[in-house]
Amino acid sequence: MQRESMEYDVVIVGGGPAGIAAAIRLRQLAVENDAELSVCLLEKGSEIGAHILSGAVLEPRALNELIPDWREKGAPLNTPVARDEVYLFRGPDKGVRMPKAFIPKPMHNTGNYIVSLGNVCRWLAEQAEALEVEIFPGFAAAEVVYTEAGAVAGVVTGDMGRGADGSEKDGFEPGMELRGKYTLFAEGCRGHLGKQLIEKFALDAGATPQHYGLGLKELWDIEGDQHEPGLVIHGAGWPLSESGSSGGFFLYHLENQQVSVGLIVDLSYTNPHVSPFDEFQRFKHHPVIQRYLAGGRRVAYGARAITKGGFYALPKMTLPGGLLIGCDAGTLNFSKIKGSHTAMKSGMLAAETVFAAVSQGDAGGRELTGYTERFQASWLYEELYRSRNFGPALHKWGAYGGGAFNYVDQNWFGGKLPVTVKDPTRDHEQLKPASVSKPIDYPKPDGELSFDKLSSVFLSSTNHEEDQPCHLQLKDARIPIDTNLKDYDAPEQRYCPAGVYEIVEDDQGGPSLQINAQNCVHCKTCDIKDPTQNITWVTPEGGGGPNYPNM
Amino acid sequence: MKILVCVKRVVDYNVKVRPKADGSGVETANVKMSMNPFDEIAVEESVRLKEAGTAAEVIALSMGVAQCQETLRTALAMGADRGILIESDAELQPLAAAKLIKAVVEKEQPQLVVLGKQAIDDDANQTGQMVAALLGWSQGTFASKVTVSGGAVEVAREVDAGTEVLSLKLPAVITTDLRLNDPRYVKLPNIMKAKKKPLEKLAPDALGVDITPRLTVDKVAEPAQREAGIRVADAAELVDKLKNEAQVI
Repeated sequence: MQRESMEYDVVIVGGGPAGIAAAIRLRQLAVENDAELSVCLLEKGSEIGAHILSGAVLEPRALNELIPDWREKGAPLNTPVARDEVYLFRGPDKGVRMPKAFIPKPMHNTGNYIVSLGNVCRWLAEQAEALEVEIFPGFAAAEVVYTEAGAVAGVVTGDMGRGADGSEKDGFEPGMELRGKYTLFAEGCRGHLGKQLIEKFALDAGATPQHYGLGLKELWDIEGDQHEPGLVIHGAGWPLSESGSSGGFFLYHLENQQVSVGLIVDLSYTNPHVSPFDEFQRFKHHPVIQRYLAGGRRVAYGARAITKGGFYALPKMTLPGGLLIGCDAGTLNFSKIKGSHTAMKSGMLAAETVFAAVSQGDAGGRELTGYTERFQASWLYEELYRSRNFGPALHKWGAYGGGAFNYVDQNWFGGKLPVTVKDPTRDHEQLKPASVSKPIDYPKPDGELSFDKLSSVFLSSTNHEEDQPCHLQLKDARIPIDTNLKDYDAPEQRYCPAGVYEIVEDDQGGPSLQINAQNCVHCKTCDIKDPTQNITWVTPEGGGGPNYPNM
Repeated sequence: MKILVCVKRVVDYNVKVRPKADGSGVETANVKMSMNPFDEIAVEESVRLKEAGTAAEVIALSMGVAQCQETLRTALAMGADRGILIESDAELQPLAAAKLIKAVVEKEQPQLVVLGKQAIDDDANQTGQMVAALLGWSQGTFASKVTVSGGAVEVAREVDAGTEVLSLKLPAVITTDLRLNDPRYVKLPNIMKAKKKPLEKLAPDALGVDITPRLTVDKVAEPAQREAGIRVADAAELVDKLKNEAQVI
């Protein structure tokens, strides 16, 4: 098929912290060196920030390097962290606050800021546009373009105006080729192109399996006397401990009487009856959380998977003609529960590598192994190395044993304890049959602190053009019933935080899987957790998906 | 023929709006904004008239805060030739907007003014009609079909009883309804071209228009929560409740 095509020096896929930081750094270097360098950035959300969801406590290290005068330029880092609290919840109304001395060092947040990462990205995008980066929101990168030699040569944007049956509707616009000497993939956790590239180029050959969590988050307007700007609360334990699952929670007091509250559920959970959404809803009833939310009003909801395998799970980030950056590779520092500064740094290192090559006359398509050297010489590598055992230790020895190990490793040895802890089981292989797993009876939502799934999805302002091909593809249409329902009681009904998957009765009175793709909040959990990896998430028409506010 | 098409920046139709805590209006902080969908239809129709050779130039007009430039750039990417922004941080009510549009009409001398029938933020459905009245022009509101021929324009409009067809003498004001067309998908190269198209900025003062609000908002509140239903035992109880509790029969 002949497509229209546009040429750039660098094409960036994804308008999150990694992608925008890379774009800014590239254009900064071009301006500093008086060089010509064209950069375009594609974002599948309807605007920059529409698909950004994060806690977030931002460590400003990478931002200080990228835009030292961010304060003067009005960056939305308005709430410095005032103090940290860490809890271990022992039950629905029991919890112990950990003394500061026992908290692993990476979880101290002095010097960091409580932000809306969506707003930070919106601001970063303004800085990028001022540097003449071409930003195209509302356009999804649907496919990778390769050269004849097999190197990445750019991407193709998704078609607009294709009907559910695949036909071209009135006003149909075929996707365009965006060709670049180098393409940076910054799609975030489980990017659908990143996944293809990791497989095609065997980038994970030397790595342990990647691990993921599902983060659910809400934004609340709360009562003035319950608001303490700058307070950061983290913790673990109940309610996930009831099903033997793991994860952690956060509650951050932002500006304007808002708090951001969330639960991260490790997708290595084994009980197929677990419903991360319902765990999150009941978690909010814990007295430690309730005392801030009571009387308040929920204003936004969303969910997004995170890549949390860390150092040992990090794939090779270089490939011919391209680089994987940020959580498309998995640069999140799990010990700090932070990925924004590391994602930004990985983008900046990629930008420096690409600029060095292109400004020397490199015509593109090579594997920029220089990136690996820059990465290994950077604080990013040092940071990920020091926390390499943190996540695996929690997986292996649980919250108590792993927590104790992490305390000793991080606080006494600065992450340099000469041991290696690895977790070799993939998240989707962890589910046990429903028949041997304890059913979970989740309490009904009360409509004040806890809510049902559909009214929650409503608050994510999610929308997709209804008449378009389903973007959640099944490799085998029989598996949802013959395997997933039979063996695991159809776990997709529960792990999906947006109610996309439903088991309904078909015409013959038998069970069938209904996919409500319009509800999808692009969290990627189904692509990760489906027990036989039967679900493939592909990009829907650009501009679709959630429209998160300051999330 | 020149067309002036008016576009308003509003809270995006996907966003669940909520009143501000003090009830003074709708919360717009941290909320996605985009072009009023009815205005998108107005732009599409104007651009189609240009593509058909009927119009020579399409001018997009917006008014409000500086960010309305983004809305104008969308109109330019769809095919409008140039943009005009009347920049103001003040609240612009329909009458002020109509007076500003009239001032631009006098300056630009278009033959046709096209607007959405209403904006999805205040749902006032007044500006188009006010513009026609202030200019003394013909008006075709709720257009679902527009045909220009010679010095006249035929407008099919949706009314309760069906479709009414009006023939208007130019110059005229048209407000667009949903069924008029499906706005196009914007193409990437056109977004880049739109960045280079001219965009003029004006101030309400410079146009000699008094934009002082004439209406005051007492309160914006959420609709009352619907209460859960109850199950009645039999028809007698139902009738009793309808009669004595709900007092509807």
